[in-house]
Amino acid sequence: MHILKLIFRNALRHKLRTSLTILGITIAILAFGILRTLVSAWYSGVEASSSARLISRNSISLVFSLPLSYKEKIRQIPGVKGVSYAIWFNGAYISEKNFIPNFAVEPKTFLELYPEYVLPEDQKTAFIRDRKSAIAGRKVAERFQWKVGDIITLKGTIFPGTWDFVLRGIYYGAEKSADKTQLFFHWNYLNERLKKTTPRRADQTGVYIIAIDDPDQAAEISEAVDRTFKNSLAETLTETEKAFQMSFVTMTEAIVTVIQLVSFMVIIIIMAVVANTMAMTARERIGEYAIMKTLGFGGWHIAILIFGESLVITMTGCVLGITLTFPGAEYFGNTMGNFFPVFDVSAMTLLLDVAASFFVGLIAAAFPTWHAVNIRIAEGLRKIG
Amino acid sequence: MTTLPIKGGNAPSPLVGEGLGEGCFCINTLMTDLKQPIVEIRNLTKSYRRGIQVIPVLENINFDIPEGEFLALMGPSGSGKSTLLNLIAGIDKTDTGTVMVGGLDITSMTETELARWRATNVGFIFQFYNLIPVLTAFENVELPLLLTWLSRKERREHVEMALQMVGLSDRMDHYPSQLSGGQQQRVAIARAIVTDPTLLVADEPTGDLDRISAEEILELMARLNREFGKTIIMVTHDPHAAERAHIIRKLEKGILNAHSQTHL
Repeated sequence: MHILKLIFRNALRHKLRTSLTILGITIAILAFGILRTLVSAWYSGVEASSSARLISRNSISLVFSLPLSYKEKIRQIPGVKGVSYAIWFNGAYISEKNFIPNFAVEPKTFLELYPEYVLPEDQKTAFIRDRKSAIAGRKVAERFQWKVGDIITLKGTIFPGTWDFVLRGIYYGAEKSADKTQLFFHWNYLNERLKKTTPRRADQTGVYIIAIDDPDQAAEISEAVDRTFKNSLAETLTETEKAFQMSFVTMTEAIVTVIQLVSFMVIIIIMAVVANTMAMTARERIGEYAIMKTLGFGGWHIAILIFGESLVITMTGCVLGITLTFPGAEYFGNTMGNFFPVFDVSAMTLLLDVAASFFVGLIAAAFPTWHAVNIRIAEGLRKIG
Repeated sequence: MTTLPIKGGNAPSPLVGEGLGEGCFCINTLMTDLKQPIVEIRNLTKSYRRGIQVIPVLENINFDIPEGEFLALMGPSGSGKSTLLNLIAGIDKTDTGTVMVGGLDITSMTETELARWRATNVGFIFQFYNLIPVLTAFENVELPLLLTWLSRKERREHVEMALQMVGLSDRMDHYPSQLSGGQQQRVAIARAIVTDPTLLVADEPTGDLDRISAEEILELMARLNREFGKTIIMVTHDPHAAERAHIIRKLEKGILNAHSQTHL
């Protein structure tokens, strides 16, 4: 017979109470895990961005474009390794409900600058060669059951009209964090039609993507780019890709803060529930603890019993909660895939789950332990009978 | 005289043994004249606080308990019997005075020292048995042995012997809820004697039992005293239970009656 056995038997003494407490912790850990994953998903663009890439946009606003002629000038700035460009197209697939992030890009340089988007070599060649072609991420292709060779029609919103593309490739991510929900097509295809329909919008791009040799030189190169176009009709604002992505997150930071707050509130609430359970448990067993002390067991034996029981309850809830977090996150990710291209439970979230459960277990047991350890034996014995 | 397995038995007492439990003589004498005292209490006072009010419980108690004695402490409710028992057993602290047990001044010990001392020197028997409900009879009796360095095999031997002594060898795997009150109290006695303590303290050991079970428990305690030389201090309200003791001391309003009643 060991103390560990006594801890487990004590934990199972009030099966209904323990089960309900474990259920509460399971739900709390599930909610905490999903909310933390949601926050991570919010920052996934920032996390996935490269420190070796800069984004240059119109300094007035992202809505305004930049002339295509800037490309060569940027290319000549010392420290610049490569330049590509892209423009936000915002075409709707069948209906506007089917949101797909889609961009017109310069295919060859774009794929060179984004090695995280991986395509089979034949698909890559076919995409670069065919000006009416497009490539889509694995997730979006699965979502709409697209196959290579399918014709995809987008309805233009910023650029009106119907736009047909031949799907020449389906890319997957070199890393888990790569966004696999996007669609890319040829900037030239867009530009040719603009030249015919709205010539004043032709030969323009939304952003320049600049690959640099040394990420430590990012600030100097950004400054050099902006200096080059100072006092021009379209001045630039150049920043790291991370800062560029962060500017989108900042717009919705209040929501992220609320989600974070709610996730911690969930933990505080469950802490109160477990503390209540442990307080009831310790109060009921105060006589037994007095008996054990009478028999010669020390305060630390009593502390191990109470802390142990509290941790058995919280860690069981934690394991169940974590187990449910994975299918929960998958379901949530599938449902909200349009808005969160990456919705994976991170190792940090799991670590926070375990840490929170451990912390709740310790805090919940602290006061009952203090009370049980410090109560005089004679007083404890009086509580029996 | 038989001895328990851990520390060996106590020295035979000239007043305990076969055939000495009959007859009742009321004598006005101190047993220390005849035997070496195992408990020596000097100038002991104890009071409790209720808010700002100080309630005296024991006042200037002086008495000795000879080794191998079976002593009953009697008195009305609130007279301080249980408090005195707790002080002798080292589970409460005196206000003033000293309590020497087996030559050791337990009033000067720290809580940790007292816990260690209790584990090896005192066996406790309570009115409500106070077994741990989630442990079997075997595990309850084994509990005090977890504080010793005995191996699992040695612990098993001691537990089996203790349960055999109280006649519950066949109930080792039963939980307290599966045992009658009398059986639970016998398990509690096995737990009290498993470490072979010098002193057994019992607080109303028959208070929650029917007449037949109470008789069995009293007989068991008398046997432990008679055959194993255990010094027993028993608090009781029951004059019939007290008759089993060799000495009866009465407490009234915190003062120990100078007259001791002795059954020989």
